[in-house]
Amino acid sequence: MNDAPLLSVRGLTLDIPTSGGTLHAVRGIDFDLNRGETLCIVGESGSGKSLTSLALMGLLAPKIRRTAVRMTFDGTDLQKASRRQLRQLRGDRMSMIFQEPMTSLNPAYTIGDQLTETLLLHKKVSRAKARARAIELLEKVGITAAESRLSQYPHQLSGGLRQRVMIAMALMCEPELIIADEPTTALDVTIQAQILRLLVDLQREMNMALILITHDLGVVARVADKVAVMYAGELVETGPASAIFRNPAHPYTRGLINCIPVPGRNERGARLGTIPGIVPSLVGEVTGCPFRGRCDQRVAICDTAAPLRRLPDGHEFRCVHPDGHRHEEVTA
Amino acid sequence: MLRFILKRLGLALLVALTVSFISFSLLFLSGDPAIAIAGESANAEDVAAIRALYGFDRPMMVQYGDWLWHALQFDFGVSYYFRLPVADLIAERLSVTMTLGVCGIVFALLIAVPLGVIAAIRPNSLIDRIALFLSVAGQAMPSFWFGLILIVIFAIQLRILPASGADTWQHFIMPTIVLGYYAMPAIMRLTRAGMLEVLSADYIRTARAKGASEGRVLFKHALRNAIIPVVSLAAVQMGFMLGGSIVVESVFALHGAGYLAWESIGRNDLPTVQALILVFALFYIVFTFLADVLNAWLDPRMRSA
Repeated sequence: MNDAPLLSVRGLTLDIPTSGGTLHAVRGIDFDLNRGETLCIVGESGSGKSLTSLALMGLLAPKIRRTAVRMTFDGTDLQKASRRQLRQLRGDRMSMIFQEPMTSLNPAYTIGDQLTETLLLHKKVSRAKARARAIELLEKVGITAAESRLSQYPHQLSGGLRQRVMIAMALMCEPELIIADEPTTALDVTIQAQILRLLVDLQREMNMALILITHDLGVVARVADKVAVMYAGELVETGPASAIFRNPAHPYTRGLINCIPVPGRNERGARLGTIPGIVPSLVGEVTGCPFRGRCDQRVAICDTAAPLRRLPDGHEFRCVHPDGHRHEEVTA
Repeated sequence: MLRFILKRLGLALLVALTVSFISFSLLFLSGDPAIAIAGESANAEDVAAIRALYGFDRPMMVQYGDWLWHALQFDFGVSYYFRLPVADLIAERLSVTMTLGVCGIVFALLIAVPLGVIAAIRPNSLIDRIALFLSVAGQAMPSFWFGLILIVIFAIQLRILPASGADTWQHFIMPTIVLGYYAMPAIMRLTRAGMLEVLSADYIRTARAKGASEGRVLFKHALRNAIIPVVSLAAVQMGFMLGGSIVVESVFALHGAGYLAWESIGRNDLPTVQALILVFALFYIVFTFLADVLNAWLDPRMRSA
């Protein structure tokens, strides 16, 4: 077994040129992911989670500038790889599930066409074999009458079914890495849990690495091995899920965890937890801690510095306070 | 799919019937046909004799039924001017018009669709600007003027193409360019707009995430969806070209159906005009029907419509 991480990212930076100046959407993020591991990237809308996942897949819009110190997938340098090499990785060894099941399937082709396409693009198999594999996976993702679904079109399926199809499609080639970008956000609450459960079960069964992008900490607590908390384009806290939930170090992480209503802990009618303020503009030079404008632990040097702090077990966070808490100056 | 086709076919037949009634009614709207036939110097007795001879004294619905019955057997009566069966007259002229129309639309599609696709892949690039210039120019230039310019250059100056007539395939080159260039701008702009919209769709991102090549993404996943509105437009333009290429036919002295319609209107040759209106309308109906079927094949969501 190879001990090197399947995916290794160092200093990933994404800049978007806009008419008002460069938008520093993602700034120098680092993370590693081992085979079979689940990494949850958590953060609010606009924090750069989706861009990060598209950057890994090489699916960014051409105008977005991507730089990184290192970005490797199983030893392949994703920055140096040719378009052809990347194309061979995508769909085969790394695949992606998107947020919008209603629009992510091509309306002009049948489910069967779209499922088998992935396999036929990457493996030398017959159409009949590809069809059999498609039926097998549709059954695996819990779709009944799988064979007859192959000739159906996306518009004939509900959102939940379409997302199951998307998951089946991502699994066609048994990838080593699956990136799921808020796969349940667009679905009914009742379906959300089912789809998530399914995804995680399949991931364990097939021993795939999973990057799950979400803003739902409840989900994270249930499935994550590792957590990366993203805020305004930076990873403000990363580490094993257990450590982060036991001891959330960054004020933002603490704020997020306090936002989860817990039946019993929160009284009926009590105000839900919120983090006041809005995300800072990332156009132009960004300095200091991006969270300082909303942080209740803020001190003067937050304007210029947010040093990386290391705790045991690979738990890391960025804050001027060594434990994430401001200790009041002792007043006489 | 079969049910869809049958439904559309039924609809097309109903439209055709309506059109036939309207085109027949024109005879009565344009004044007394007997006077038109008899000529200005005829006296009342002559007019009455003609009225009886042609059956104009019967009730209108009876005349319509009679006319329709014959029309269904491709008998549109005799041209007042040529003294020939209208059906033969039109059949002869239609071959020219149809050759021109088919060449024109093929030319337009061959230029417009690739140009629209390239313009959409590289918006605001040089090729996009050139395409925009060509389409604006195409829309702004009157066909007769463009036709005359081509005649001046290729027939008079360079002497490489015949200026008029319909004897050889060379005779069709300039009319095809003029007619096709007239239809090209709208098709190109619609292709470009459709491709731009489709290329930003989520399912295109899905196709890329599968590892599909750019060519496959563009042609298999994007163009099929982007071309749907273009099919409808091209069908209407095709109908227009077959019925309304009067200007181009006149400039190049191609004696086609459009030219015949123009002549017949001037001569009050009502049976010919009636038949031509019906034929042109049928072209529209047929092409719209074909476009609907093609679109339903391209986009499964339309099959239930």
